[in-house]
Amino acid sequence: METALLDVEGLVVSLPAGAERLHAVDGISFTLARNEILCIVGESGSGKSMTAHAIMGLLPQPQVRATGGRILYQGEDLLAAAPARLRALRGNKLGMIFQEPMTALHPIMRVEAQIAEVIQHHAPMDRAALKARVTELLLAVGLPDPERLRRSWPHRLSGGQRQRVMIAMALALGPDILVADEPTTALDVTTQAQILALIRQIQAERQMGVLLITHDFGVVAEVADRVAVMQHGRIVEIGPVAQILENPLHDYTRSLIAAVPRLLAAPRPPSADAPVVLETERVCKTFRQRSWIPGRGTEVAAVKNVSLALHRGETVGLVGESGSGKSTFARCVVRLLETDGGAIRLHGTNIAKLGRRALRPHRQRIQMVFQDPYASLNPRRRVGDIIAAGPLAHGVPRAEADRRTHELLALVGLDDRAAGRYPHEFSGGQRQRIGLARALAMQPEILVADEPVSALDVSVQAQVLALLADVRARFNLAMLFITHDLRVAAQVCDRVAVMYRGEIVELRPTAELFADPRHPYVRDLLAAVPGRRWLPAVGT
Amino acid sequence: MDFLRRFARNKGAVVGAVVLACVVLLALAAPLIFPETPWEIVGPPFRKPGEMGFLLGTDTLGRDVAAGIAHGARVTLLLSLVSTAVALSIGVVLGAVAGYHGGWVDDVVMRFTEFFQTIPNFILLVVLVAIFTPSITSIVVAIGIVSWPPLARIVRGEFLTLRSREFVQAAHVLGQSSPRIIFGEILPNALSPVIVSASLMVATAVLLESALSFLGLGDPNLMSWGYMIGASRTVIRHAWWISCFPGVAIALTVLALNLVGEGLSDAMNPRLARKARA
Repeated sequence: METALLDVEGLVVSLPAGAERLHAVDGISFTLARNEILCIVGESGSGKSMTAHAIMGLLPQPQVRATGGRILYQGEDLLAAAPARLRALRGNKLGMIFQEPMTALHPIMRVEAQIAEVIQHHAPMDRAALKARVTELLLAVGLPDPERLRRSWPHRLSGGQRQRVMIAMALALGPDILVADEPTTALDVTTQAQILALIRQIQAERQMGVLLITHDFGVVAEVADRVAVMQHGRIVEIGPVAQILENPLHDYTRSLIAAVPRLLAAPRPPSADAPVVLETERVCKTFRQRSWIPGRGTEVAAVKNVSLALHRGETVGLVGESGSGKSTFARCVVRLLETDGGAIRLHGTNIAKLGRRALRPHRQRIQMVFQDPYASLNPRRRVGDIIAAGPLAHGVPRAEADRRTHELLALVGLDDRAAGRYPHEFSGGQRQRIGLARALAMQPEILVADEPVSALDVSVQAQVLALLADVRARFNLAMLFITHDLRVAAQVCDRVAVMYRGEIVELRPTAELFADPRHPYVRDLLAAVPGRRWLPAVGT
Repeated sequence: MDFLRRFARNKGAVVGAVVLACVVLLALAAPLIFPETPWEIVGPPFRKPGEMGFLLGTDTLGRDVAAGIAHGARVTLLLSLVSTAVALSIGVVLGAVAGYHGGWVDDVVMRFTEFFQTIPNFILLVVLVAIFTPSITSIVVAIGIVSWPPLARIVRGEFLTLRSREFVQAAHVLGQSSPRIIFGEILPNALSPVIVSASLMVATAVLLESALSFLGLGDPNLMSWGYMIGASRTVIRHAWWISCFPGVAIALTVLALNLVGEGLSDAMNPRLARKARA
């Protein structure tokens, strides 16, 4: 192997006093060669993003600083480089792609101007050449119709298009190194597959070294040449992708890989003979944006004629990409949103049009678990009060509500003392357990879970999924499980409904659907799951 | 504890708190230090500060300026606190209702609020007090009525963002009643900016009350700082102390309240404060 393009030696990044730990990054060393993709994988707080930011000189100084080690770019120490030198390198020799395409572009600059700015700063050229270069770049990242796109504002572009524009900017001057910090985390799975393929292709064409930060082992399996696994600011294991994925040496790597849900559904006994508890019939929801000018209002049909039956003890997965209407449908079912048409029958009673008061007795039968563990608990109330609030609102006596609270805390695996504490004292996974306890306190028959694990790290995700399965079996709950993650769906659902543009395009038992998708969109969706050919070994 | 430490990090706020504490102490101790009413003529008029044992001199009729300031502190603080409470109760309720319900309720309440905001504050205040005849109740209510609109807007804004948060949706799914959701779930999370602006509103109320008294629209039975300045403005050239000391008292109190308000704002939004200083 030729000399490394990037050589990180004993890098230490210090956190401000009073933080969780002393060092975000604690003495890590690795090299990045020309023409390879190195994935740094780890859970949140492992220091993987800090490493990327340290390389680009983007640490939020002075609170967070690199206090030790060296980052050598072709023998030159970036940590010791003067700001002017760093500026000359950044954008020119070192390109970066960020996680959030919605905020990474300047919102009031046209696409062309943003890309041209990078070029003009490092290698000024005349207008005609500049224009040709921008067009060439937009074509290179696979954006259609570059002539029109050049003149667009960022808000007119989709997430995937913006990420492509970001990549075009990063590539503008033919960098040696591309640092990508979770470049596909905010994207839908089909878009993600395209962007990953694009990164792979461009890397091979230009012989770049790519440092890709991710939390997703699927992405690793898809693109990595080598993998570094980070935990608590240290690299616990680094090696070729095949070795790490198939034969991990470190216990932490093993536990991480074991926690990745397998994209293989076990056949389950059909539950069709169990009674139907919830049935929706041609549910519709249209969002209208009214305007003062007649005819200028816009309408978006978010949910179109969705019919679905949920049997007792059954989990039906609702899978789709963002904007497919799955969350809107879930919110219609629990009556957080009013439907525009159709019926929602709970044990035969249509609750779609019931008034507030008439609805109240039905409320407790159908409960919801929310996506964001940080937003779904009131920060100003104690956990005990949060869990007891529902039963109290339905006239359960205080003593009984408290008894339930304590039982449920034990059930979801939390200490009894948790009742007296506030939500911010708990981790994301623990909060999700509290959210589940709150829903269970109502003793529901149906649980609507809206992406309950998508904000969690993979190991925590596995624990929460296990808890959900346990709870479901114990109370014989019917569950409507909304997710964008097909791996998770494969693990927990008896049947899966795939939603696309507000409609269910395919609804079949999970194993059947994964083995033999019929609808072309479902086929695309399954083909786009990163690392689909890699089956994580079951943990030992 | 943590809150106090963050508050103390702003040095100005600590100074403000100390000054404010002194004013409050003075107000509480006024009947002990100056047992007679401040209207009592205790000596010859126009004594300079320090003469004949009058620390701050006497006024045009021979009343003790120091006694006036001490008793005035009671009146001024009481009036401004109660009127802020009035403004809070109107502003918070209207803002909460508008922000929580949205739609046409929001439209109606906000147009009503704008109606008040388009009339110059002080003019409306003078008109209200003149109509209801000056008394401590009418002044308190009138100051409350002219100062609630900004509060209503703040509370509405907070509610608009908070009502779509997942914990509020969870409360809906649990079947909690609207008043419970408004006051139990949302309001506690909307309080920080309300407390900060209320502390600044007390300062504004002090100024409004002083301005009213200066114009002679104060409660005629109460000695207040504004009244003292108003009554002595004609003699300011040969008896500066009569109007100067109440003026200093107003300035110090308002400054202290503003500093405390800023400190509260820093302490409640630590992230914002850090950014501003960096």
